[in-house]
Amino acid sequence: MAGAKEIRTKIKSVQSTQKITSAMEMVAASKMRSAQQRMQRARPYSDKIRNVIAHLAKADPEYRHPFLAEREVKRIGYIVITSDRGLCGGLNANLFRRLLPHLSRCQQEGIGTDVCAIGNKGLQFFSRLQVNLVAHVTHLGDTPHIADLLGSIKVMLDGFREDRIDQIVLVYNRFINTMTQEPRLETLLPLPPVDLDTEHGGADEGEDKAYGWDYIYEPNAQEVLDQLLQRYVESIVYQSVVDNIASEQAARMVAMKSASDNAEALIDDLQLVYNKARQAAITTELTEIVSGAAAV
Amino acid sequence: MASTMHLDVVSAEEEIFSGEVEFVVARAFEGELGILPRHAPLLARLQPGEVRVRMPGGEEQFFYVSGGMIEVQPRVVTVLADTAARAKDLDEAAAQEAKKRAEEAIRNRTGEIDYARAQTELAAAAAQLRAIQSLRKKRGKK
Repeated sequence: MAGAKEIRTKIKSVQSTQKITSAMEMVAASKMRSAQQRMQRARPYSDKIRNVIAHLAKADPEYRHPFLAEREVKRIGYIVITSDRGLCGGLNANLFRRLLPHLSRCQQEGIGTDVCAIGNKGLQFFSRLQVNLVAHVTHLGDTPHIADLLGSIKVMLDGFREDRIDQIVLVYNRFINTMTQEPRLETLLPLPPVDLDTEHGGADEGEDKAYGWDYIYEPNAQEVLDQLLQRYVESIVYQSVVDNIASEQAARMVAMKSASDNAEALIDDLQLVYNKARQAAITTELTEIVSGAAAV
Repeated sequence: MASTMHLDVVSAEEEIFSGEVEFVVARAFEGELGILPRHAPLLARLQPGEVRVRMPGGEEQFFYVSGGMIEVQPRVVTVLADTAARAKDLDEAAAQEAKKRAEEAIRNRTGEIDYARAQTELAAAAAQLRAIQSLRKKRGKK
């Protein structure tokens, strides 16, 4: 029974790994639930702000905001949202795989790129690449606060305002359901006009539509719009961060579940090998005794 | 019965209040605003301060907002509250810090890896994942 002890130790170690992975699975499941709730909670704000912007588009103010104006793209800013920690399957790798063709195409076409990394994995990835990393923020934890993101967002927005960047693209994993997370690239600025076409859900539809009306602005249209659009962009980024966290937890849950299953299969196999070895040892022993007795 | 309007108080992180109200007082950029139902459309910046609300029963409620916006439609009022204390210089400091961190990260950059190389690395990782998946499938069949 030479290998038996080794096999037993191996089984033990796989079992303890399995304990860890199944614990991580459960933790991820509960964290995913709270991340989903946070996603729900963040939704009203961006919905409301989108309504106001839709109003503004209809209200036709005299001031045209730079965030809404398309211009020739010479430099693109990417805000890349990744997870802080690994062990979440192919989540981040898929995102980078989606992003890289865009980056290399920009390089070929001579379009400059700036990158803002949100999340540790993105930072690690981009610090090995030849990209212009302009800002980053990591370790947001499971409950990100919008205040933590503002600095990095502002770097990008300032770039856009000062004409250094002509387009800002948001890259993140959209949470679709527990099994599916979709890596996405969305144009953040200039704000796509589709956004502005969304209808207003308020109770005051109809009566104001007939004639052109405008808000009373306080202090003035320009300042109010400035603040509004900035908040809108920030809320979109925040939404995506929360979405990405939900995706991360879901991906981790699935990854850990399959790890636990694999451990189970491994234990089964090892148990079989162990039993066979044990059986073989007993058989040899018996044969030895029997043949010994026969020889006497 | 007095007329009412719908009030939503939302911040980027959560919905704070939603319901029918009779009267809203908020501190706008140029002073206090009192809003009754059927107010003309208005869009104003808010100063840090409280938003006072009178409910249909006459009961009053207060919310503290550290800035934000208020949108008024004849029957719908929306307060878009800022969660964090916001000031220009604070934002600026945060931006500076984010930039500085990025610069440090670039300085700490080890060897130079180009896109093609990164792509092959990622492809290798993906191939590994695929291999594991097909292995698992085979296993399942066995």
